Amino acid sequence: MIFSDIISNMRRKFVFILLLLILCLTACGTKAGSNAPNPDNTEQSQYIDNKGSDTIVNLALAWAERYQTIKPNVQISVTGGGSGTGLTALVNKSVDIANASRQIKQEELDAAKAAGLNPQEFVIARDAIAVIINPENPVDHLTLTQLSAIYRGEITNWKEVGGEDRPIVKLSRETNSGTHVFFLETVIRFSNKDDKTIFSANTLLLPSSEGIIAEVRENPNAIGYDGLGYVTSEVKMVAISSLETPEVYVIPSAATVADSSYLISRNLYMYTPDVPTGEIKAYIEWIMSAEAQQIVKDLGFVPIVENERE
Amino acid sequence: MAPKKQIGNVLITSIIKVCGYSSILFVGLILVFLLKEGLPALKDVPLITLFNIRWYPIEGLFGILPLIFGTLLVTISATLIALPFGIGTAIFISEVAPRWIKEILKPIVEILAGIPSVVLGFIGILVIVPFFRKFLDLPTGLTAFTGAVLLGLIAIPTIVSVAEDALNTVPPGYRQAGLALGATRWQTIWGVTVPAAKTGILTAVMLGIGRALGETMAVMMVTGNAPVMPSGLNAIFEPVRTMTATIASEMGEVATGSQHYQVLFLIGILLFLLSLVINIIASAVSTKQRKRAERILS
Repeated sequence: MIFSDIISNMRRKFVFILLLLILCLTACGTKAGSNAPNPDNTEQSQYIDNKGSDTIVNLALAWAERYQTIKPNVQISVTGGGSGTGLTALVNKSVDIANASRQIKQEELDAAKAAGLNPQEFVIARDAIAVIINPENPVDHLTLTQLSAIYRGEITNWKEVGGEDRPIVKLSRETNSGTHVFFLETVIRFSNKDDKTIFSANTLLLPSSEGIIAEVRENPNAIGYDGLGYVTSEVKMVAISSLETPEVYVIPSAATVADSSYLISRNLYMYTPDVPTGEIKAYIEWIMSAEAQQIVKDLGFVPIVENERE
Repeated sequence: MAPKKQIGNVLITSIIKVCGYSSILFVGLILVFLLKEGLPALKDVPLITLFNIRWYPIEGLFGILPLIFGTLLVTISATLIALPFGIGTAIFISEVAPRWIKEILKPIVEILAGIPSVVLGFIGILVIVPFFRKFLDLPTGLTAFTGAVLLGLIAIPTIVSVAEDALNTVPPGYRQAGLALGATRWQTIWGVTVPAAKTGILTAVMLGIGRALGETMAVMMVTGNAPVMPSGLNAIFEPVRTMTATIASEMGEVATGSQHYQVLFLIGILLFLLSLVINIIASAVSTKQRKRAERILS
């Protein structure tokens, strides 16, 4: 009697497991089915793959999380890896939206066209690159010429720019970072395309934004740069003046970036492989909305101004 | 019964054989891949660019000399730090320490070996880097010296465990004979036990150097990664960029097949050759040692 009980129990278990399996399979089935292009049925769950710039990744994640509470049928996966990585993936047709902290390069555009794509560019936010120093350092403003000379290796002591008699330790991101290239072009080369000056060899190349913040926070000799969104209250931002008006020093902030008075700022982009349709179009339109741009502000980036929204 | 035994025997022998040969195969395949991807760099990039002192790949400056010297500087300093500490600890554990200390110390050294290098890197950034900057009054604590200290810490457990095993294999008769001849404990250790275990200790040191040479993460976090050409004695207290850190930080975003990609693989080949040279030296020295020992004994 007991024996048959055990057997029936086992059978019940078996049926239960079988049911679970079938449930899993059908669930996977619907998910796989939704991946196929199905523009007229937007109620079905849709998957958006979003990849690219490490500068944007936190912002894109925050957007994706909020958007999924509004539209639960849309699933957005966000990964970093760098602007180049995202745009390469776009050309390889493996993402729906690529994030980039720089504009697409001509080679990348050519490659995309060769692959039969027609990449579309969207300015989704603006970002300022703040120059940061240790709070103990009395220096609080620099001209663009001085900043460039520091990173070129021509100024090596803080007393030459009105500070204490301390050596200057220059910090930078690694060469594969979009921020590095932007700083090189805008600051060191004064946005002059013919200028081939590069960072002084003894510039420390740190692998992460956090590494730069950590060293600046701790070392009064250090100077570094980082996206405005990464700057914490433990470091001091330096006011920068432009070449044209060297006497007007500007601290980076949402306001000074929006009115273009702060020099070292740039657009952040999203690229789609083609003119977006369906859920992707809806998502990008939502990103331009006031609600999404409020998240931009909350994360320390600069929202795009009304007339830039398309 | 007999044929079954035979089959089992043949089966296991062949499995062991495959395992043995597979490591040769893997090394061979890795070498072929490295050469295939890296050698075109010698053809495509002018040698004068390669053997230059400026590394700035996004502008086509591929001077690998600062990277080579950076790696040598950090590895050699790390070895100089790890050698006395590692062998000293091994001698202490094997020869001097009372049994209960030995039983505590051995697992602790093994735990040290198991700490992921990225964790040590974190400790390096938050504790060692600020400490050295203040203590040694340097412009920054992100220097070759900091990297060498961390690498030394990483290499010590390897050296300790291999060297300690080598010391343990020295027959107790050697020590007893030394002591019986009236030598002090220290004289016995230095004159009898350590020389008898020389081959094993040398292997330990070479493994330690290999560990330091190949370490990436911790080094990348604390050496500052500035590709400066080390010059003079003061270079140890300045930032450097090692070969491993360069590959790790730049391989991610490089376009496959580009010059930059090829040069990174060339650096990989150089690292491969460096560890090959270390291994050859190690085996050459140890066979020489053995021959001498055989001569004396015969």
